[in-house]
Amino acid sequence: MSEEAKQEAGSEADTGGDGDGTRESGGGLGFETRMIHAGVGPDPVTGSRQTPIHQTSAYAFHDADHAASLFNLQTFGFIYSRLGNPTVAALEERIASLEGGRGATGAASGHAAQVLAFFPLIEAGERFAASNRLYGGSVTQFSRTFPKFDWRCDFVDTEDLSAVEAVLAQGAKALFVESLANPGGVVTDLEPLAERTRAAGALLIVDNTLATPWLCRPFEWGADLIVHSTTKFLSGNGTVIGGAVVDSGRFDWSASGRFPGLSGPEPAYHGLRFSETFGDLAFTVHSHAVGLRDLGASMAPMNAFLTLLGLETLALRMERHCRNAQVVAEWLEGHPKVSWVSYAGLKSSPYRDLAAKYMPEGAGSVFTFGVRGGYEAGIRVVEACDLFSHLANVGDARSLIIHPASTTHRQLSDEQRAAAGAGPDVVRLSIGLETVDDLIRDLDRALAAA
Amino acid sequence: MASALHYSDALIAGVLRRVRTIAMVGASPNWKRPSNFAMKYLQGKGYRVIPVNPRAAAGGVSILGEKACASLDEAPAPVDMVDVFRGSGAALGIVREAIRLREEKRIQVVWMQLGVRNDEAAAEAAAAGLTVIMDRCPKIEYGRLSGELGWGGVNSGVISSRRQRLAPAPGRGRQR
Repeated sequence: MSEEAKQEAGSEADTGGDGDGTRESGGGLGFETRMIHAGVGPDPVTGSRQTPIHQTSAYAFHDADHAASLFNLQTFGFIYSRLGNPTVAALEERIASLEGGRGATGAASGHAAQVLAFFPLIEAGERFAASNRLYGGSVTQFSRTFPKFDWRCDFVDTEDLSAVEAVLAQGAKALFVESLANPGGVVTDLEPLAERTRAAGALLIVDNTLATPWLCRPFEWGADLIVHSTTKFLSGNGTVIGGAVVDSGRFDWSASGRFPGLSGPEPAYHGLRFSETFGDLAFTVHSHAVGLRDLGASMAPMNAFLTLLGLETLALRMERHCRNAQVVAEWLEGHPKVSWVSYAGLKSSPYRDLAAKYMPEGAGSVFTFGVRGGYEAGIRVVEACDLFSHLANVGDARSLIIHPASTTHRQLSDEQRAAAGAGPDVVRLSIGLETVDDLIRDLDRALAAA
Repeated sequence: MASALHYSDALIAGVLRRVRTIAMVGASPNWKRPSNFAMKYLQGKGYRVIPVNPRAAAGGVSILGEKACASLDEAPAPVDMVDVFRGSGAALGIVREAIRLREEKRIQVVWMQLGVRNDEAAAEAAAAGLTVIMDRCPKIEYGRLSGELGWGGVNSGVISSRRQRLAPAPGRGRQR
């Protein structure tokens, strides 16, 4: 290594006086502090306080030995932005910190994050299980596209624990659920599911997109991996597509022996075993060095930057999202044209107790309601709004409305739609940050037109 | 299973700052082994790493430019830190040797690698006045505290508004 290389690479280990030092908690600092500071400090070269956008494809090596060390995973650093990028890394670390995880991997989208999550776990011909109450796009990905990789998904009612035990006993290597299910006000009882997956030597993977780590932290309930669509509340302004998979660092791949992708020799890295070499970092190193390398669904640095900006206000936004959603849901429940409202913050919700347990700060801001008049009435409500935007997204600062049966969930069968809470009369709302009285006036007008 | 180990960042950073020479017991000449990874990385950060590996020493093998020693006894003084890259069962014997040699070699720290934990060895070393760290990797900890680990999306737990200085690597520089 050259003299310059040593000078540059040897930045002194200075902790900035973090006296507590618990590895998992960011030195015991609070959530709001970590949503602003975790993952990046002032740039050591320039002093830039806001995170630089590293808009580069590749990174210069110091010399041939440095390049070899990077390619062999013997040292930390950047090679090529498909595998890693400093701006994306700042976001990854921040999300990992907020979830209380060991590490995170950014992805081009939430769907890409889901592929990345399963990629090290499931070999061709193997199975995993997923809740039958999932975002329709996930159902389609698992049931239509994953079989092309010979990954087989069994959908299961996760409120029926004996059914969950049965599917795990049949060899499912992971169980995939949403903490707060899209579209409709369903809270998943994570703790007993984590007990079942742990007993079966399988992983619990939780999509925490709609709850965000501000409302729910699945690792505290025994989850092993978390996936996010960062497109939603984490970025918060409807600007970018992105995703992340977060590892708890708690699954012992070496002891399990069921996951040779992480514990067995990796031919493309000279027989290196990720779990042996990287310990509890194995999943995160693997998902960059193998997952992103070969799947290529990497997050763009500009998208990471916009998501970092969004995260700085996550707690503030989620408080208002939840408060507005509670007011709108209660108002809808009293409206004569509304047959039901599925929001876990309502007294009428069967999920109210689970919401109080898993997301005590609020039940999120995405929920569904039923319009009297069915499919056609649902479409008319959506089309009559002036303030709610008719589009296929959630978690924007703007309030959003959609009729799932005719849009996001239209690829599903009638039974799948019913299980997913996306029947013909269902309208989904994503309540934004506007003045709540204005939102109610807009819905009142739209319902009158239905 | 005993309770989880917690070491303050200040303790670990202090060790990594103070130490210059590391005797790595169990360092492998095979470049694909984790010990070889860690040794190469630490050399790159300016530490002198002396490999202790009886088989390599018997064959007259050098590892990453350093002649392998058959035992801790043979390592040239000073040895600031003994890094145990062997299983938990072997740790007690190695640590007792480090305690025996602590004045002769000026040993200050006994560090047991990620996955290596021996509470009896730790208690004896602490009683002998040595700083003890177990179940951690000095490469990962250096990377974590310097910010390099975060480059891979890892949660370093380090949060600071201070601008880091691009200081030269600690120690005497790499011996080649």
